[in-house]
Amino acid sequence: MATKELAANAIDPLSDTDPSQIYPEAQAVEFQDVSIGFEGKQVLENISFRVKRGETRVLLGPAGVGKSVLLKLANGLLKPDTGRIFVFGFEVSAMRDDDLFRLRGSIGTVFQEGALFDSLTVRDNVAFRLTEERVPDEEIDRRVTEALRFVELEHTLTKFPSELSGGMRRRVAIARAIVTKPELLLYDSPTGGLDPITSTTIVELVIKQRDVAQTSSLLVTHRLQDAFMLATHHFNKETNQVEELPENQTIPSTSFLMLHQGKLVFDGTTHDLVNSKDEFIKGYIS
Amino acid sequence: MPFTTIDAAAKRGVTSVQEYSLLSARALGNLFRRPFYGADIITQADMIGVGSLPIVILTGFFTGGVLALQSASTLAQFGAAAVTGQLVSMSMIKELGPVLTSLMVSGRNASGMASELGSMMVTEQIDAMRALGTDPLKKLVMPRLVATIIMMFFLTILSDTVGILGGAACAVFLLGQDSSQYFHTAYQTIHYADIIQGLVKPVFFGFIISTIGCYYGMNTRGGTQGVGRSTTQAVVVSSVMIIASDFVLSRFMIGIFGR
Repeated sequence: MATKELAANAIDPLSDTDPSQIYPEAQAVEFQDVSIGFEGKQVLENISFRVKRGETRVLLGPAGVGKSVLLKLANGLLKPDTGRIFVFGFEVSAMRDDDLFRLRGSIGTVFQEGALFDSLTVRDNVAFRLTEERVPDEEIDRRVTEALRFVELEHTLTKFPSELSGGMRRRVAIARAIVTKPELLLYDSPTGGLDPITSTTIVELVIKQRDVAQTSSLLVTHRLQDAFMLATHHFNKETNQVEELPENQTIPSTSFLMLHQGKLVFDGTTHDLVNSKDEFIKGYIS
Repeated sequence: MPFTTIDAAAKRGVTSVQEYSLLSARALGNLFRRPFYGADIITQADMIGVGSLPIVILTGFFTGGVLALQSASTLAQFGAAAVTGQLVSMSMIKELGPVLTSLMVSGRNASGMASELGSMMVTEQIDAMRALGTDPLKKLVMPRLVATIIMMFFLTILSDTVGILGGAACAVFLLGQDSSQYFHTAYQTIHYADIIQGLVKPVFFGFIISTIGCYYGMNTRGGTQGVGRSTTQAVVVSSVMIIASDFVLSRFMIGIFGR
């Protein structure tokens, strides 16, 4: 069934149903001819793509090309000038704020610099959404500890963000995004500005989340090594390790998008990307 | 100046007024919508109200004192030094109590709100809050608005009281006036209309302080420099708005009450 037929703009505030499950056939994310500009400068032009449920899409492109803007459009923090954006069948580009807040309960977002609340402890940061939902304290403690254990930071519960390293802050941001077990995760350059070892740790967490929870994801990065690691590594539940796939094998549910000068210049698999004849793409991945 | 520059400046001005009005209306509307952030209101009331107590008490006391000191000598020329208490109490309750308290609270709290929300804005914490499904207007602006309005009301009563006491201390201990005469004239001259005038103003001023502080905070751009700019603008604009609206409110209420 086409997303256009399913699309709705309102969520019943009294319904207990997870908004992501109201239209189970709908794509996780769908952009239809989306354009946006700021102060007369066109940033994104006629962008169209889909993220299927359970799929991970890696959005590549040079710095300043509009990758973060695209992610903000996906969770309704920005409205497009033209075009339509659907998340789980809901048209986020036309929803009222109240409905958007409800829908965001099914979306986890990891911001570029973590964007942790600096006046709250790690525990309160991770628990933020649960506290807002009036979840009982014992349940909050259990779920926060579980999320922090996933990112291997359960010992930092009482620390403030300023007491953590850059890499630890990103890991706490991931824990905050996954604590409610969202159906869609949006990662905005989760490894930006980090050293290679810490970046690998973060990418391993993204892989672990993808393979354990099968969450639909849209990940923005300009680091090619991170993108290829996502496509060529998987999480082995038996050894509890991220392992590389045999040569020439890739994860079929992980594919790529590439932005250049505000336009989507690539939408395809890892194989298509490395064999692309496009001069810009060849130059970018070489 | 080229027309396009004037045109752009006018558009910016109109847009700012529109955004400010929307923010204020939504913050007020959120008061009646769930979830209700009662604990946040109490926290803000403690920070804004209890935190402002020392400056409000000191300002009120010395304003009352200097008012008695300055007016007594002028009144003495007309043989009316006995009505010093009347002048101090009328001035404090109708004008100086509400206005000076608001200016002090504005200097302390409009700047605090602008810098706190501004810092959250430039570090994407506000966006993170939206992305986590929480409306920052409900979680951050509404509690500050409600707490400022409520606390301004009580801080003004305190300032009026301390100001009259400061005037009494000055009149009795420095000018040698009779204390019972001071308090008698101070009490006798006050009518309900004066008290209503004096207590309506802080409600409006509290609204101005919190909405201006939050507006500049929520519209901060440009990193730490932007935070500094927002903080300064919040204090300047709220102070000017308080004084300007005081004139309009006074004229309006004199029209209603006839005094």
